[in-house]
Amino acid sequence: MTAVDRPDQPAPYVEFAGVHKHYGPNHVLRGIDLDIGHHEVVCFIGASGCGKSTLLRCVNALEEIQQGQIRVAGEAASGPGVDVDFLRRVVGIVFQGFNLFPHMTVLRNITLAPTKVLKLPEAEARVRAMTLLERIGLADKADEYPDRLSGGQQQRVAIARALAMEPEVMLLDEITSALDPALVGEVLAMVRELVEEGMTILMATHEMGFARDVANRICFMSEGNLAEVGTPDEIFHDPQDERLRNFLRRVTEARRM
Amino acid sequence: MTESTITAPPAAAERLRATRPQVRTRLGSSVVSLAVAVAVVGLTWWSLFAFRASFADGAPWPVTVAVVALAAAALAVPAAGVLAVRAALRARSLDRARQHAAARVAAARARDMHWYVLGFGLTALVVAFLTFLIGTNDGSVREVFFRWDITKKSFRGLAAAFWLNIKIFTATEVLVLVWALLVAVVRRIPGRAGAPIRFLAVAYVDVFRGLPAILVLTLVVFGFQLAKLPGLSLLAPEQQLFWLVVLALTLVYGAYVAEVYRAGMDSIHWSQSAAARSLGLSQGQTLRYVIIPQGVRRMVPPLLNDFIGLQKDTALASVVGTVEVFNKANLYKSQFFNLTAVAVAGLLFLIMTIPLARFTDWLIRRDQQRMQVG
Repeated sequence: MTAVDRPDQPAPYVEFAGVHKHYGPNHVLRGIDLDIGHHEVVCFIGASGCGKSTLLRCVNALEEIQQGQIRVAGEAASGPGVDVDFLRRVVGIVFQGFNLFPHMTVLRNITLAPTKVLKLPEAEARVRAMTLLERIGLADKADEYPDRLSGGQQQRVAIARALAMEPEVMLLDEITSALDPALVGEVLAMVRELVEEGMTILMATHEMGFARDVANRICFMSEGNLAEVGTPDEIFHDPQDERLRNFLRRVTEARRM
Repeated sequence: MTESTITAPPAAAERLRATRPQVRTRLGSSVVSLAVAVAVVGLTWWSLFAFRASFADGAPWPVTVAVVALAAAALAVPAAGVLAVRAALRARSLDRARQHAAARVAAARARDMHWYVLGFGLTALVVAFLTFLIGTNDGSVREVFFRWDITKKSFRGLAAAFWLNIKIFTATEVLVLVWALLVAVVRRIPGRAGAPIRFLAVAYVDVFRGLPAILVLTLVVFGFQLAKLPGLSLLAPEQQLFWLVVLALTLVYGAYVAEVYRAGMDSIHWSQSAAARSLGLSQGQTLRYVIIPQGVRRMVPPLLNDFIGLQKDTALASVVGTVEVFNKANLYKSQFFNLTAVAVAGLLFLIMTIPLARFTDWLIRRDQQRMQVG
């Protein structure tokens, strides 16, 4: 199902080198340098507006960068020569707001890209989608429209939709931030399964406890910089950066940890 | 605070309870509304029967039936007035019996009945005014617009001519749907390479929305025929006229509908596009499978609006010599020196447009119910 089964492929990894991004006068990414290995799970934490979502969106070229370079699986993911088709086949993304297609059934949401982009036969795409839906326990919702599902169910379908393209890297952009607290668990459980299968994951999140549990490394971002990068132990128990210490104190005070 | 101050009723409440009545029974206003209702029904009856009397040699039976039916319906107004007074009386007696909650319910019903008197009464007055207008001057207003014998004589000819209107707008609507989509999609072509063609699309929309339809029709139909446009001679003369009219109307309405498409597509949040592109769909596939299908659902009401406009504007084809329904009605007008045929032509247009509007409403409602929760 995922990259673990295909050892013959070159190890995909994500590489940021001196990445800068401006929105007009706003300098949102200020020189990001980071290498992410195959099967690695990296969580990005930090206050809203620190640039973590933007960073993820740059990885699949939804956003352009003005300076530096991003490479995914050895291929350029930025600049004029970027092969967007390759990139978006290798990289899956899930958004905070689910972004399911409301005019299509759940099943169609999942089969659309496999049939139109990978040119899979309809029947095969359907089998692939139903397998995914069964895995997440939503097979009975296949013919429903997304608006009839709960937020947690919608987000799980959105993850399944991305997985149907069999990506090598998943970008999870604050996927639980729009959810009822009671529904966060079911989505995180699904992410945990992906982690156990060895998926390479870049995850922007406010769920500190979850990040501590699953991440190999945690990146604390502040004002467009990687202020501190380390293992969960280093980040949560021995924070060096003053801004990280402040951030963790505020999170603890708000009982989000 | 001591116990006695909690249990003892406050002095103000006691004073209020002693004063009567506790409930506004609406008795006075109910009597007034009953009186108004009786006046309204009297006025309505008078104008209805005056209308019937305006037929010189006796009213035909459908008129009598309609007049009697309307007169009976007008009785709803005083009926509501009577119910108002009854409810108010009940409210008063209940109030005196100190059953205040029940009294308030009865008073509320009296107040509801006031609204019925107002709503039904205004309707009756409008009907009374219209029948008065139509029947006035010994029925001469009616005679000019609605003469049964002329209706019978002209109906076949008008219906046959209207068939041409139907053909014109059907052909135009199909072409407009395709053409306008093309223009709208061209306007969304991204990048510098698309700039010239984008500019053309914008210019087209600006020009053809800005020109009066009647002017475009004249220019296109007469102009292309005078200029002997190549290829035109392949068609028979009446075919030429028909397709040139369709072309002119397509140009005009294509500009409007292109804007409707554009607004529909723009109304889809960019995150839908981001999701589709992230899944690897191309720009074109994103439009085709994600943006347009959702945009179309929001476009239906304004699109229908433009199509109703188009259906009516087929009457403009009369200026270039097409014998469509308005032209035909004008012939009857001159022949009988009476506007009945024109009014009947109007009726034919309404028969087309009103069901279409209802059908669209139904379509939208069904679609919403399917996609949304309960």
